[in-house]
Amino acid sequence: MSNTNVEKAALMSTLPGDDVRQIMWRFADRYEHQMVVQATRSVARGIVARLVADKQRHTHDWTPQKQEMLKAFDEAGVTAAFMEPDQGGYITGPKNLVLALVAFELSWVDAGAATASLANNLALEPIHEKGTPEQIHHYMSGCVPPKPGEKRKMLRGSFALTEPLPYVGVDAGMLSGKIRVAEWKDGKEPIIQVEKRGRFITNMGYANFVTAAVDTDDPRIKSSCMVILEEGDQGTYDRGAPTLKLVHQLSCTHDPIFNLKMPASRIIGGYTIKDGVIVPNYTHNEVIEAVFRRTRVTVAMMTTAKLLSAIEPVIRYQRTRYRGGDAAKPGTPRYDLGIQQKEDAQHRLLDVWATGEASASLGFEAARLFDEFDPLEKQKDAFFMKEGIKGPRAQMKVSAEPRKKALEYIETMGKPEAQRDAKKIAAYESDFLVQYAVKEALADVFCPACKLWNTGYGATMMREAVSLMGGYGITEDCPGFLTQKWSDAQLEATYEGPECVQRRQMSLTMVNDLFLAQFRNWIRDLRALDAQKPGIGAGTLACGMELWLWSLGYLENAKDANGKTLYGGQRQGVTFPMADALAWLLGSRQLILDTLELEKKGPENPVLAEGLAGFVNFYSDLSYVQAARAAGEVAKVCAELVYGYQAKSATCAVTDAALKPFGELRAKLDCSLAGARLAKDRAAEAVTQVMIPEALDYPI
Amino acid sequence: MSVAFNIVVCGSLVPDPLQTLEPIQGATGPALKNEMMLPSVLDPWAGHSLYEAADLAKKTPGSKVYLLSLGPKAKLQQLMMTIAQKVPFELVCVDGSASGFLDSGEVAAALAGAIEKIPGLDKTKLLVFGGCSSASRDAGTTMQMIAERLGVTDVFLGVDELKVQPDGSFKILERIEGGQYQVSACAGAPAVLGWATGNLPEPPNNPQVGMANMRAIMPALQKAQAAALKTDAIKFASVELPKQQRQTRIVKDMPVEEIAKEVVAWIRG
Repeated sequence: MSNTNVEKAALMSTLPGDDVRQIMWRFADRYEHQMVVQATRSVARGIVARLVADKQRHTHDWTPQKQEMLKAFDEAGVTAAFMEPDQGGYITGPKNLVLALVAFELSWVDAGAATASLANNLALEPIHEKGTPEQIHHYMSGCVPPKPGEKRKMLRGSFALTEPLPYVGVDAGMLSGKIRVAEWKDGKEPIIQVEKRGRFITNMGYANFVTAAVDTDDPRIKSSCMVILEEGDQGTYDRGAPTLKLVHQLSCTHDPIFNLKMPASRIIGGYTIKDGVIVPNYTHNEVIEAVFRRTRVTVAMMTTAKLLSAIEPVIRYQRTRYRGGDAAKPGTPRYDLGIQQKEDAQHRLLDVWATGEASASLGFEAARLFDEFDPLEKQKDAFFMKEGIKGPRAQMKVSAEPRKKALEYIETMGKPEAQRDAKKIAAYESDFLVQYAVKEALADVFCPACKLWNTGYGATMMREAVSLMGGYGITEDCPGFLTQKWSDAQLEATYEGPECVQRRQMSLTMVNDLFLAQFRNWIRDLRALDAQKPGIGAGTLACGMELWLWSLGYLENAKDANGKTLYGGQRQGVTFPMADALAWLLGSRQLILDTLELEKKGPENPVLAEGLAGFVNFYSDLSYVQAARAAGEVAKVCAELVYGYQAKSATCAVTDAALKPFGELRAKLDCSLAGARLAKDRAAEAVTQVMIPEALDYPI
Repeated sequence: MSVAFNIVVCGSLVPDPLQTLEPIQGATGPALKNEMMLPSVLDPWAGHSLYEAADLAKKTPGSKVYLLSLGPKAKLQQLMMTIAQKVPFELVCVDGSASGFLDSGEVAAALAGAIEKIPGLDKTKLLVFGGCSSASRDAGTTMQMIAERLGVTDVFLGVDELKVQPDGSFKILERIEGGQYQVSACAGAPAVLGWATGNLPEPPNNPQVGMANMRAIMPALQKAQAAALKTDAIKFASVELPKQQRQTRIVKDMPVEEIAKEVVAWIRG
């Protein structure tokens, strides 16, 4: 093992700008996405930053100043970004990536503003995913700002699932909101009575329609469903009191009360009448499952943006910390570097930076994945509808064969190119049911993984960012609003399903054989990459993934010292930490892939020519740093689980033949860390040399 | 009287003023450290003229706005992601340096040449707009030289307002010393106007406007011709940033009137 680090590589010259980000996050050829980014950024660093600086976060009320923010969203095209061109929007096709970018840009300054913007999309999402064509057209078009000269009232929506305790929160299956038939005349459409109390409902201070989850309270209505309530419906549309939340004060959150009559045509997705009973086409669970699997990604991006937004203010603070004092004369290290003279300050900042980058890589990959998945899902739904295949059981039966093929496809793709059957691959790739199964296996893991890790661990690292600013960090005049961002992150970890919900979902989806087959392919790819490019952390990450995979297999089959199954539905002490560990691995892998993309596509952009080597070197080192952190986390989690359920008397379980592979994999992982800290030193040097702007581009 | 104009706005990028701008000696002369890597903005003076041009075009149906930019086309493409969202225009791109260390005579020649080549441009309806100076160099000499090369004799500098009169003539307000305006009457196009700030705010970004503009912007960037700029046309003996001055005096309990008097006295010198 060599302990030398004599190479002098190019350093990163400036902070990564749009050219770098567009390549890494794969929208360099999507001009409409780039424009939305710029438009959103101007709103974020303009009016949104001004609202925060003017202390508009200090009130729970929806003020005229906050209302101006909505106008800015409308004018900048942020509101219409979700809609299709025929509905008044301007972007064709799936919108997951673009909405993730919108969330990222707004949250760079204030995630409450992002929530205010995205809550309208959340209200529309049930309609967008499962609504009838008429519902989709009416509400999606209605939420587009009127064009000049067009006279109509713009629709703004709220999504109402959460209810006052003890109802909907963690367990979305229990609802106190109820519907029953109020009136049903022969040959006429039924009129439905809706009773619903909401809790923590965003946009509710001004929303004029609400998509609400309700259960049936009437034998003439078969199941739960989601309904659309409108201001002006007969009855009570009480917006309720503002929720006294301590964070995200630029979003408008109330606890509303509804007691309204509405036509049955407002059941989202429509209904059929069977034997005198109204049968909603979708239960509320079916609707919200389709909604949350997408919208959770945008929430994940909120915390990501905070971490990356903290880098510049922290560097500026560190460098200027001693300026003005007698001992810091211009030209001295104390003047130029300030606290950055100290390795600890550099390394801790790098940990924040690496987390931010890995979470961005993971979250944007999840968003892109859903952009690919959406058309496949629509194709699958259309096929099932055309063939009359209804209900989960019937659909699973039909999906069995495509799933088999999907597994074959993944296993074939894991072989060297020369050994693949090109014809077979082409057939699998043109079979949408096969591709649906492949992508679904990934989407079902990536969505909860990014929501869990980006927000949960992100909140922890946001605290670290605040601490790097010293006492300044917890003052109102701290540049970058870091303390507000830290506290906001806690809400993001809770919104749309707290961490336990994400862990629960992952514990089920990460054992899907289609996911695990792809995971095995990734390990092979990382091993090959490590042979070509040892300085990016691929080998370390591969070791972490192998250890996780082995541990999962062991935990699925082994029992604890008391004879109880280890990896099972209720054994959350086992399943949840494994989900956490996987999220670390996914983020680290994605950062490596994004770095490779930058290295590959960077030369195509002449703007990057002079600085590309520095960026690639820095991101490679950062990838290594993150791979080492991820592998370390996995080793810690897996060791505790694999050994921790042995009997106390088994003092050295390594001697147990069944556990011998674990010891070997663990030792291999430990060895693979060689060079990781040298990479951190190199990245730290870049942090001390990188040129930053003179001032932050938004107010304090 | 109905008039329509062909308005060519000359404007390109400058480094974002919030960035650290550190002059260095490059291989071919002075440059800014990491200049290509720094984020750019549309030169603010040129920006004002673009917004005035768009406003004028909106008020005079049949008019058309061209944005003529001399700059590295890869950086211009990035800039267009913002500027194209502001107002409708057609981009004419000349690929070359946008450095503040170029000779303004060379720049004027490149821009005038590009204007001559715009297909279907009616010179009798031509208005050439631009900033009265650039934010990168502040020489304030380019627009006059463009006019000279195009043979346009009506030139106005430091313009804050252009009003088209009912007879088609112009009433133009130019800034002069002492916070005054010089009011001029001009028979009409062709004319060259170097704008100061104008009177319009920066339009908000609108991706829908941007999407419409981008249909022509990408082809314009792809077919941009390289400008034949001589790097040795001008020599700089030395280059440095303006010195920051900070004169701070801490006083306690000074009446507002006294503070005001002192500020006025300081302004008067």
